[in-house]
Amino acid sequence: MRVEFLFWAGCPSHPRALADLRETLAQTGLDPDCVIVREVDDESGAEAEEFVGSPTIRIDGIDIQPPGEQPTGLTCRIYRRRDGRISPTPDPADVRDALRAASSTPGGRS
Amino acid sequence: MPSIGEPVPGFELPDTRGEMHRLDPAPATVVVFTCNHCPYALAWHERIIAVAGDYGQKGVRMLAINPNDAERYPGDSPDAMRARVEDGDFADVPYLRDESQEVARAYDARTTPDVFVLDAEGILRYRGAPDGDHDDPARNAAWLRAAIDAVLEGRAPDPQETRPVGCSIKWRP
Repeated sequence: MRVEFLFWAGCPSHPRALADLRETLAQTGLDPDCVIVREVDDESGAEAEEFVGSPTIRIDGIDIQPPGEQPTGLTCRIYRRRDGRISPTPDPADVRDALRAASSTPGGRS
Repeated sequence: MPSIGEPVPGFELPDTRGEMHRLDPAPATVVVFTCNHCPYALAWHERIIAVAGDYGQKGVRMLAINPNDAERYPGDSPDAMRARVEDGDFADVPYLRDESQEVARAYDARTTPDVFVLDAEGILRYRGAPDGDHDDPARNAAWLRAAIDAVLEGRAPDPQETRPVGCSIKWRP
């Protein structure tokens, strides 16, 4: 399984989001150190990475919250928690479900 | 840039209907720099607007100012601001456009949100975050409420200053 964490340092949410991701990996029985962390630091990089905001988490290349038509750019990303609240970080339950789905996908590595 | 205990700069800015707003006399005034596209601003938004409703009967005024560069961040365009106002997101709080970003610079605003509480003489009495956790609605904008209470009672807020937390203001290149 390939777990990518893309962030922009201009948004303060990334340390908490990365800690949440690693905790969720551990809770799911996966290696918390397997995360590939990449910084996006300019607009051209954001476009090349199809980066719509910080943080962005992809598992086997699939965004845990498909961004739809959001434009790429250096900004904080909006997530919606399962209770409806808006947050700068994804709901850990969404991350957990995405990890489990990838783990159960034929060809996926756990 | 204003420090705690110093007068803040005056300003005149348009709301989403073009009506101009300034720092009119009030026992306390809250100036909050905010925007449409930042998850921190949105996470805190309802708590901040609730403060305006709860303190309105005491004469407290609140002005929300969006200073972001809307060319690079179209989610903060005047049309997008107007849509939120028309949806009722701001209740009776004027949502002002700081197109030149001069007001944000004069206040040394750093993030959205960034909250400033002024007393009746226009002296800055509190500056910073609404409360200690954007992710916890139960915090209920406690620092902001405490600052307003202190100003209305003629006391110095405690705390007087906290670190603003949120998205950086999107300055023009």
